[in-house]
Amino acid sequence: MKKAYLDNIATTLVLPEVLEAMLPYFRDVYGNPASLHDWGDGAREAIEEARGQVAALIGSRPEEIIFTGSGTEANNFAIKGLAQAQQSRGKHIVISGIEHFSVLHSAKTLEKRGFEVTRIPVDRHGLVHPDAVAKSLREDTILVSIMHANSEVGTIEPIAEIAKVVKRAGALFHTDAVATGGTIPIDVKELEVDALSLAANQFYGPKGVGALWLRKGTRIIPLLDGGVQEEGRRAGTENVPAIVGMGKAAELARQGMSPRTAHLSRLRDRLIQGLIATIDHTILTGHPGQRLPGNASFCIEFIEGEAMLMLLASEGIAASSGSACTSRALKTSHVLTAMGIPPEIAQGSLLFSLGVDNTEEDVDYVLEALPPIVDRLRQMSPLYGKFLKSQRGVR
Amino acid sequence: MPVYSEKVMDHFMKPRNVGEIENADGVGEVGNPVCGDMMTFYIKVKDNRLSDVKFKTFGCGAAIAVSSIASEMAMGKTLEEARKITPSLVAKELEGLPKNKLHCSNLGAQALNKAIDNYLERQGQKVTTKRRKNENEPTARGKREKAVLPLL
Repeated sequence: MKKAYLDNIATTLVLPEVLEAMLPYFRDVYGNPASLHDWGDGAREAIEEARGQVAALIGSRPEEIIFTGSGTEANNFAIKGLAQAQQSRGKHIVISGIEHFSVLHSAKTLEKRGFEVTRIPVDRHGLVHPDAVAKSLREDTILVSIMHANSEVGTIEPIAEIAKVVKRAGALFHTDAVATGGTIPIDVKELEVDALSLAANQFYGPKGVGALWLRKGTRIIPLLDGGVQEEGRRAGTENVPAIVGMGKAAELARQGMSPRTAHLSRLRDRLIQGLIATIDHTILTGHPGQRLPGNASFCIEFIEGEAMLMLLASEGIAASSGSACTSRALKTSHVLTAMGIPPEIAQGSLLFSLGVDNTEEDVDYVLEALPPIVDRLRQMSPLYGKFLKSQRGVR
Repeated sequence: MPVYSEKVMDHFMKPRNVGEIENADGVGEVGNPVCGDMMTFYIKVKDNRLSDVKFKTFGCGAAIAVSSIASEMAMGKTLEEARKITPSLVAKELEGLPKNKLHCSNLGAQALNKAIDNYLERQGQKVTTKRRKNENEPTARGKREKAVLPLL
């Protein structure tokens, strides 16, 4: 059976060069980086090299990179760690309504501990407006966290503009760059943020490793107490092979970014145009122009996402959906809801996220396989039946 | 994606009795698109038996499989027998459903019951006392039924 993986939002593949770079650190260089002998030295040097590679990806100094166990940990660390470090100055935190759960739920935890949280609405394209951020800021605002891009709908946020607003108010600014890190160019000096989260498995590195970039001199309270790894900011023996893999993936991303972007955007546009042209009552979600190169996200009316995913899977195609039925909690994607998409439309959410290994054939295969699936489910849908009847009534 | 039984996959991939019945004797619609699932059952009744059952469903894989098997279970049954098709029987017939999808089996049984109610209403009969009376039986199944219903 033909197979096409278009679920890179869940995770990308691990590039062969990345895996090769990691293998010696399972096999030969197994020392603890904290140890003062050859075994330890090798591991420590590998981590420092990876730190340099990740720093180069985002234009930072190596010592500003703190390796974590995931993008989720980096977000938790930033939100909880920075808020706690700043709490003598104030208790107010600002986030957007479309943040990843690792930010949303961290903020909720802080709320329970006495912090106040403002959640900024987004427009129908999922954009956070700098004016809305400005309006939310107070004298006691200590931290603002707005994601660089939303991977579910692909919208890229105007972080540099928002940063100016936040800076004027004197608050710290964190951005969750898990969806953009290694995918689109990032320069922390240009973005003017104070902290930025990354995850390796979003740019062809391994799972279980991420990083928080933290501007030099910024105070943060660690999540984990223990040894003095990562300058005392993240205790626990380092996951050396994963960190090496993240470094290698960062290097490859930096070197190959512009051809990768060109490739992904071309496939994305082919998929979006093809899908909109062949399936009526299909809505492109997210911003039409300001969007991630690999993101093609839709709502297909009158049918439900999980059913589409199951039929796509039976054709060897991997995609994802923000429909309520797809989530284990049976809740519609908070991102689609925040964008004002009505629940019955959001039920038809279907997301294709492209990766560097996808080809034009993959896209064409989706364009061939999806229309009959949609047809089949619509034939079964009472909503579609009602819609057709109402159309006949109009005529 | 939830892990479905082979039976669920079979009924999802090849749903039985999809469609509408023109001039149906009873129609039952439950759920709504805002909640995520919506099912409409159509029945044809001849000599107190369901001579035809069809459905249309907007919803997930489980919802579609539930509709399909419920329609199959009801086909040819007397009204009284069809009343005894409960959510837990539907789930059992499907060789189980993931916990968070059990509510779909409620919808299937409800839509069928509602179509029967609708038929009886059209016949001018009182229906209130007939609803789900089998579920008050103090059987082990009845107990399990109660555990499923609060999910609604």
